[in-house]
Amino acid sequence: MISIKNLHAEVEGKPILRGIDLEIPDGEVHAIMGPNGSGKSTLASILAGREEYEVTEGSVTYKGKELLELDPDERACEGVFLGFQYPVEIPGVSNLYLLRAAVNARRKYHGEPEVDAVEFMQMVQEKIAHVGMSMDMVKRGVNEDFSGGEKKRNEIFQMLMLEPSLSVLDETDSGLDIDALKVVASGINRLRSPERSTILVTHYKRLLEHVVPDRVHVLYQGRIVRSGGPELADTLEEEGYANLETDEAAATS
Amino acid sequence: MAAHEDDVEALVAEREYEAGFVTDLESDTVAPGLNEDVIRFISNKKNEPDWMLEWRLEAYRQWQQMKMPRWPHLHYPPIDFQKISYYSAPKSAKDKPKSLDEVDPKLLETYEKLGIPLREQEMLAGVEGAEYPTSGSNVAVDAVFDSVSVATTFKKKLHEAGVIFCSISEAIQEYPELVRKHLGTVVPRGDNFFAGLNSAVFTDGSFVYIPKGVKCPMELSTYFRINAENTGQFERTLIVAEAGSHVSYLEGCTAPQRDENQLHAAVVELVAEEDAEIKYSTVQNWYPGDENGKGGIYNFVTKRGDCRGDRSKISWTQVETGSAITWKYPSCVLNGDNSVGEFYSVAVTRGMQQADTGTKMIHVGKNTKSTIIAKGISAARGEQSYRGLVKILPSATNARNFTQCDSLLIGDKCGAHTFPYVESKNSTAKLEHEATTSKIGEDQMFYCQQRGLSEEDAVNLIVNGFCKDVFQELPMEFAVEAQKLLNVTLENAVG
Repeated sequence: MISIKNLHAEVEGKPILRGIDLEIPDGEVHAIMGPNGSGKSTLASILAGREEYEVTEGSVTYKGKELLELDPDERACEGVFLGFQYPVEIPGVSNLYLLRAAVNARRKYHGEPEVDAVEFMQMVQEKIAHVGMSMDMVKRGVNEDFSGGEKKRNEIFQMLMLEPSLSVLDETDSGLDIDALKVVASGINRLRSPERSTILVTHYKRLLEHVVPDRVHVLYQGRIVRSGGPELADTLEEEGYANLETDEAAATS
Repeated sequence: MAAHEDDVEALVAEREYEAGFVTDLESDTVAPGLNEDVIRFISNKKNEPDWMLEWRLEAYRQWQQMKMPRWPHLHYPPIDFQKISYYSAPKSAKDKPKSLDEVDPKLLETYEKLGIPLREQEMLAGVEGAEYPTSGSNVAVDAVFDSVSVATTFKKKLHEAGVIFCSISEAIQEYPELVRKHLGTVVPRGDNFFAGLNSAVFTDGSFVYIPKGVKCPMELSTYFRINAENTGQFERTLIVAEAGSHVSYLEGCTAPQRDENQLHAAVVELVAEEDAEIKYSTVQNWYPGDENGKGGIYNFVTKRGDCRGDRSKISWTQVETGSAITWKYPSCVLNGDNSVGEFYSVAVTRGMQQADTGTKMIHVGKNTKSTIIAKGISAARGEQSYRGLVKILPSATNARNFTQCDSLLIGDKCGAHTFPYVESKNSTAKLEHEATTSKIGEDQMFYCQQRGLSEEDAVNLIVNGFCKDVFQELPMEFAVEAQKLLNVTLENAVG
């Protein structure tokens, strides 16, 4: 699905990513863990095409295409979805309006006709049920006056509607109570299929109990210092990130 | 023939220089300059009764004592009022483009995007010889209707309801008592410099009279006003709603209009008697000039409504996207007890456009209520100021006002300024003011783009959301057009 090679990136001249190599095959869920400031969110943003990060070295191949050469909207239409850590509010624009524009942008990109209004609403009805949102909520302004948990549910709702090939979920689990966490997890699991891949960026093991990843990677100071199966999350939970400095040294040597 | 006319004009201009002002009463165009003879000429041309001429002359005398306001946050070269021609019949083709080839290509591009047919483009661009067969009014829906038959049907329907809707020139002839009773009672001749000038030299405009208890059976649009040509420069509009009546009036059009007259100074007066309601909607899209602001319209407008009767209501909604300079403060004087004033505005400045616009709400009666929602959008090198006054007089017990002004900046070379004035002389008044200024958020843009929207679509989506509170006050068709207009206006604004 996606292949990241020797990716270096900086923001305002400060290096954040210092050579990331990551391979995610079709159908797999990979978790990326690591302490604050290790570069997890930067990686997610770069994959989605955020401008303030400058890629100084390396390449990203997505479905055989040079991902870094595509504009953010092209990446989205090619099936890359970013679940935002802090989803923004867009006053006066209803969630449904934005979503319909998003669905149609994809269709246009692929040379398909616009979505039929009835069909669209049926889809909405079905998907909001999965995430426990009401029709009233999705008719409101985008994330307007939503609680933190509601915003995250909304991200998952959008993901379900857009059915991306690659979902990059940036700390979608942070700040969620257990009910919301379960909703988010079931949303992610619902989309799991041999054609789709997911990158879960997270601090904690909690989400990984509900969405069992194929692989876990540990990011530290801009590098992946350890990779393993789902059991790596348990190890990290027990030992913390304290031992990572030795790993870092190992990775460098 | 055009050359011949030019020669005559040049001669006239020279003679004026040598020997003072000369007016040729037989010609259709008066040489530049303003004095009492010119006003007599205009009044004479229009066959006006003596009282009207006297009224104009008195306005002119007052105007001579007045100075141009210097307080607006606007920059433009001084205007020489003696260099303007105050009466020119539409057939004066001197300054008109001969064909669309001579029109600013940017303007044509906009027409294209708004889907305006060629013939109408010529009309709007003021191309020589391009006139509507029966109506000189400028609204871009003509392609849809046969204007003659529609207008006739509408006239009949209005007549049955007892509604008078005609040009102000016609009203001065046909309904002199009504005009005389109300003209200048809301905006007096000496009110301000531009209102004074307009009172002296106004050429035409609309007159609307809704009798007692009548709900006007349709929305009145300048479009359906027959005989309204060449009213652009000094337009005068008077709307009178008698007790318990109701009217919605639409002015302007979404297609950008060119005009050979650079200076525009209109006056609009609204009178609402007891329980009457007037809704006045404007889409102003005068030519803003080319990239350097050259050739753009200077728009100095005085609009005021008088909520004269108890429980009356006046509501202004405006979408301002055109003109090089906009100076405009549609206001309400809330005289009647329990009367209501509203102001909803979207103003856009881009390119080199400047706007100093807002409203005044003057609370006189008890329990009067006003709402102000002003949305300003600045892009490129556009400069915009919101200027609003809320004044509570001692008599206005329990007056209430809610003001919200939001500014949206696109790019980093534009400006937004807010000048709110509040004067309260009654301690029972409740006033609320909210103001925000935001740059079109990179986060919002990225969010939309990440969902698949192009940069252009993302801007449109965010801007339309920003303006929603105002657009929903517009009549349906107008709202759709206004939204489209805004999208076209802000194209390539981010980059």
